[in-house]
Amino acid sequence: MQSNSDCENSVEGFSRRIRLRTLRLIHEAKSSHIGSAFSMVDLLAILYTRILRVDPARPDWFERDRFILSKGHACAPLYVTLAERGFFPREWLDDFYRDGSRLPGHVTHTGIPGVEVSTGSLGHGLPIACGMALTGKRDGSKYRVFAMLSDGECDEGSTWEAVLFAGHHRLDNLIAIVDYNKIQSLGTVKEVLDLEPFAEKWRAFGWGVREINGHNMAQIEETLTRVPAEANKPTCVVAHTIKGKGVSFMENNLLWHYRAPDQEEMAKALVELGAEE
Amino acid sequence: MRGAFFRALLELAKQDERVHLVVGDLGFGVVEEFARRFPARFLNAGVAEQNMTGIAAGMALSGKIVFTYSIANFPILRCLEQVRNDVCYHNANVKIVAVGGGLAYGALGATHHATEDLAILRSLPRMVVVAPGDPVETEAATRAVTAHAGPCYLRLGRAGEAKIHSTQVDFVLGKAIEMHEGRDITLISTGGMLGTAMQVTDILYNAGVQTRLLSMHTVKPLDTAAIESAVRETGAVFTLEEHSVVGGLGGAVAEFLAENWETPLTFKRFGLPSEFSSFVGSQEYIRGRHGLSAEAVALGICAKLEKVQALASIAKV
Repeated sequence: MQSNSDCENSVEGFSRRIRLRTLRLIHEAKSSHIGSAFSMVDLLAILYTRILRVDPARPDWFERDRFILSKGHACAPLYVTLAERGFFPREWLDDFYRDGSRLPGHVTHTGIPGVEVSTGSLGHGLPIACGMALTGKRDGSKYRVFAMLSDGECDEGSTWEAVLFAGHHRLDNLIAIVDYNKIQSLGTVKEVLDLEPFAEKWRAFGWGVREINGHNMAQIEETLTRVPAEANKPTCVVAHTIKGKGVSFMENNLLWHYRAPDQEEMAKALVELGAEE
Repeated sequence: MRGAFFRALLELAKQDERVHLVVGDLGFGVVEEFARRFPARFLNAGVAEQNMTGIAAGMALSGKIVFTYSIANFPILRCLEQVRNDVCYHNANVKIVAVGGGLAYGALGATHHATEDLAILRSLPRMVVVAPGDPVETEAATRAVTAHAGPCYLRLGRAGEAKIHSTQVDFVLGKAIEMHEGRDITLISTGGMLGTAMQVTDILYNAGVQTRLLSMHTVKPLDTAAIESAVRETGAVFTLEEHSVVGGLGGAVAEFLAENWETPLTFKRFGLPSEFSSFVGSQEYIRGRHGLSAEAVALGICAKLEKVQALASIAKV
């Protein structure tokens, strides 16, 4: 659609396409959380093109890797990614957020192939992921469980209950990725509830930790390919990201946790994302 | 009821390898046998009920039948959003078991009184709410919730209650058990008040009031057919529960009657006031302070019925 650039089939091209479609989705729906969506698009792109063992034709295949979007408010790029990968028709996206739609503004599993778990209230994804990972290990299954968390939801006690549990039970088939964009709902993470020293916290709870640039495709791929990061431990990938990544006026700006782009902003954003229409 | 539950659970686990038990670091002296016999299907999640419930949902979504177990409000209220979102919304095959329903832990104080659980749990979509009346019903209920695909809440009393049923019961989720036939009034009991309800029935019988007694072990789905017959055939309905009068069995019956009955009807809920207990005491003691002894309930029923002679005869006893 937007570009015939020669990298269209590359993961960078895939990622750009996800951003563009997400932008259109949120603009047309006048929904929120575009900043939270854009910060994790590159991570999603690598996951769904290089890492996850999933089969769009068999979304319930038992040995599939599980991906849980715990930061359910950033659902738009996941819906787009799943549609791009063929889990469901792209036309479904046209109804995102609308009356009677099956695609609400927080990620929902009901009737949507490829979505494992519904979230939206924060701090729910990692405990469920622990249950799936523990079951997989006990049953000798080969699947892995990936959970994408926001930094804000690391305020939740339930997240840390799960962090403690996974370390104790040495769930080496569990990978938590924290989209550490440093901005939460009412301010910066540093202002609201500072998580630092963040990586050390996970390490102290028995996890193998990798800190990466969450927009460096090669680094993301290399990191997520080499899991577990440490033998017999769950893996935490602290992905340093930029809220609103890809559109200059959205980057590192709290406003875009809430705002949907108007026509003028939309036009500018399309240019920055390289849309050709 | 606790012993009956674990007896049934061990038997079920032997028959069905999907059956798992996840506890919140409670159950000293009762969970060990399950843990010993089925170590790969047992998990102590620690004192972390939110995580315990999320884990249970994750296990259930991976094909297991998962029982979570703790006491009083811990496996339900502490983690209510996990119960709602992770378990009910996903229709996860999780059975939440709370021991110490009602005032079983009376002397431990109001934090340990599970007296709003039926109201809260029955408001959750998909949740089946079961409060068996004695150990016999408990064993049957444990089998029934295991066979039901989807979320269930099993509210148990404590350990060592007397059996009320002398034989096995025909136990079906959502279908009340008629304990006693009667034509004058109907008394509907849920959970551990069944023993008291039997005594009430005897007292009233001796005072000339023929009481139909229903054990409403399933609060949701409610056996509305049994309630309808009760009203049509006896004309007066009373509910009895070790729970707040707000929203539990009495609330559920009242909702049904208010919408479905045109003619004037005699109805009263016996339960606990919507208050935190300002005193401690044994289960029996606190029940008594709140008018839930058999005599007090029988008197309350007669007063409502304006049966002066019956009142006088009970009061004399």
